[in-house]
Amino acid sequence: MAQQPHLTTKQRMAIDRQPMPAQAAELRSINFEEVNLGFTEQLAILEAQRCLQCKKPKCVAGCPVSVDIPKFINLVAAGDLRGAAQSLLHDNALPCVTGRVCPQEIQCEQVCLRGRPMRGEPGTPVAIGHLERFVADWAAAHPDLVAPPKPEPTGRRVAIIGSGPGGLTAAGELARLGHDVTVFEAFHASGGVLLYGIPEFRLPKDIVQQEVDRLVRQGVTIEHNTIVGRTYTLPELRERFDAVFVAVGAGLPVFMNVPGENLKGVYAANEYLTRVNLMGAHRPDADTPVLRGRRVAVVGGGNVAMDAVRTAKRLGADEATIVYRRSRTELPARAEEVHHAEEEGVQFQFLTAPVEVVGDDHGWVAGLACVRMELGEPDDSGRRRPVAIPGSEFVVPADMVVVAIGTRANPLLTQTSPDLTINRWGYIEADADGRTSIPGVFAGGDIVRGAATVILAMGDGKRAATAIDAYLRGPG
Amino acid sequence: MHAIRSKTLLSPNVTRFVVEAPRIAEIRKPGQFVIVRLGPGAERIPLTIADADPAAGTITLVIQAVGKSTHDLVDLDPGDAIRDIAGPLGRPTELLPAGHAVCVGGGVGTAVVFPIAQALAAAGVRVTSVIGGRSKEWVIFADELRGTGDVVVCTDDGSAGRKGFVTQALAELCEGGGIDEVYAVGPVPMMRACAELTRPYGIKTTVSLNSIMVDGTGMCGGCRVGIGDTSQYACVDGPEFDGHAVDFDLLIDRLTTYREFEQDALARRSQPGQCLEGDR
Repeated sequence: MAQQPHLTTKQRMAIDRQPMPAQAAELRSINFEEVNLGFTEQLAILEAQRCLQCKKPKCVAGCPVSVDIPKFINLVAAGDLRGAAQSLLHDNALPCVTGRVCPQEIQCEQVCLRGRPMRGEPGTPVAIGHLERFVADWAAAHPDLVAPPKPEPTGRRVAIIGSGPGGLTAAGELARLGHDVTVFEAFHASGGVLLYGIPEFRLPKDIVQQEVDRLVRQGVTIEHNTIVGRTYTLPELRERFDAVFVAVGAGLPVFMNVPGENLKGVYAANEYLTRVNLMGAHRPDADTPVLRGRRVAVVGGGNVAMDAVRTAKRLGADEATIVYRRSRTELPARAEEVHHAEEEGVQFQFLTAPVEVVGDDHGWVAGLACVRMELGEPDDSGRRRPVAIPGSEFVVPADMVVVAIGTRANPLLTQTSPDLTINRWGYIEADADGRTSIPGVFAGGDIVRGAATVILAMGDGKRAATAIDAYLRGPG
Repeated sequence: MHAIRSKTLLSPNVTRFVVEAPRIAEIRKPGQFVIVRLGPGAERIPLTIADADPAAGTITLVIQAVGKSTHDLVDLDPGDAIRDIAGPLGRPTELLPAGHAVCVGGGVGTAVVFPIAQALAAAGVRVTSVIGGRSKEWVIFADELRGTGDVVVCTDDGSAGRKGFVTQALAELCEGGGIDEVYAVGPVPMMRACAELTRPYGIKTTVSLNSIMVDGTGMCGGCRVGIGDTSQYACVDGPEFDGHAVDFDLLIDRLTTYREFEQDALARRSQPGQCLEGDR
């Protein structure tokens, strides 16, 4: 194994954060290729050498799936990519995904010691996410070198409902522990939100497929076109399997409840992104169509809104505008996405709330009537509540509107499982380890949390897998 | 993969497939549908389950070839297979428990109304079916429906049954009294006419809406329809709704959203020697 050259703290501190190579904004805003190009090995080793190898690393605690960050980074710094990949894959079933879509700036990188200001200089954390991505992509390119040892089969069968990030993580963990895992997926392809939600330019679909393929090689079975709540009920699966993990994700899109939302040219972000990401509507050979707005207004300020507005830009919009009712500082989207969107020419209307979608004589969108807002007293979420300014109405010109303001629970599974306790919003009640009101049935991700992130769903999947394993090995 | 067991041309543009789908055959109920996808690049097509044979593990799909995707589908033959079939989707029909039901079917909608008539008859409800088409060769499922009760066939030109629209026959039945519920499935104008006709009689009228869908599980919201003051999703709240509450104008308008794309796709399909980019 290659030895890391011994570097003093001072030498490590002297290395600047290595920038992520990216496609030029003017080029990428008209294609669907991935924006970030990934570190070279040389860049990765240099960046890895910036890690101070803290005795009590805060980054591990900042990671929802508890990746041993200093360990894999140390192996990268030493040039031992195989060791780094094995270490990373042991902790994280989907590192190619998390290395690309995690909000590192509010997790591992937020607590990195290198991010603290030193002697008046602002700090810059180790690029943990970019290093994770580098190692994960290396692992995907060398599947034979990183295959985990075949576990002893336990003879226990686990059903996982949903092949999104939570379900796939639990599947990977449980398969590694020797359980016989079957994943049920409603769509014709695996990945859930990784596939239908997150665009190609942020998370290439080949990468998702690679991660899925690795799980299948580990022995995970995936049954597509199976809608739990319709094709099978949860109680039926509970009968057939020793345990069940429910990770069906967020469900039905929420609309704004303003006039004009059923005009042609108004999409829920789910539909707009699904048409493009899952059905390939941007490709000339795909049968599924998608409208190509020239002036597209996207309502919302989260990652889904950024994905939608950047997709609109790539589909030829001359103007692609985010309409958000709070100010820039409250934007819930990942910082890098907002930055990329701005570089690509996306416009922002902050402190702006839609009041009506305006239509033309033929039922098509002709504009988005809005009102200006100002921030008032803090609300329940601790953020300052936006309040409409009287008389400030104006129209954002638009021929297409995409609504990205969230989702509510999909009732298909819960309606057909009367013993499963849900809260008043329809989400499943589960404890920190995912235990639900039905013994042997666990749940996690957005169907428990409401809309959250990929990595939180994965954390739920990992914790639930540990709890399921304990349940299956149980005292009796 | 779902093998096609048999294929029958029912009318000049309506094809019946019997397809292997054992789980769906076992549990499907009247009013439910499936989503079919032929392979990479293909659309997800919602299709009502017209019939099922649990013992044989097959379901019956009746397809009207209108656009590129449905033409691709009906080009398949026995021995071919359909790559993806997801379902059963949608809420089952709320069946009248007893009394006299009229099942109205227009064109390919007759295949949708058939399983409803079948289930009603099996439950002891008196069923009268009123079905129609342009002319004799466009009338489908008449023999099957005769197994569930009386059948009134209407054709525009009088080449089979009586001359005229299904609404005329329905009007006479309503006038005669004793009708407890009407189930009407067919072209949107027909469903609207049926609902308008039964409204003054206060006869509950259920219609099945074919709004544009992608996933069919409530995820995309594309299939939203106006029901009374609310927006509902045809895939999870329907596809059947109270015809007296449906905003038919909105449905008709939203169905035109992709008309240009559809015409374009169909035109490209019929061009001989057309070479599409790689099959991905």
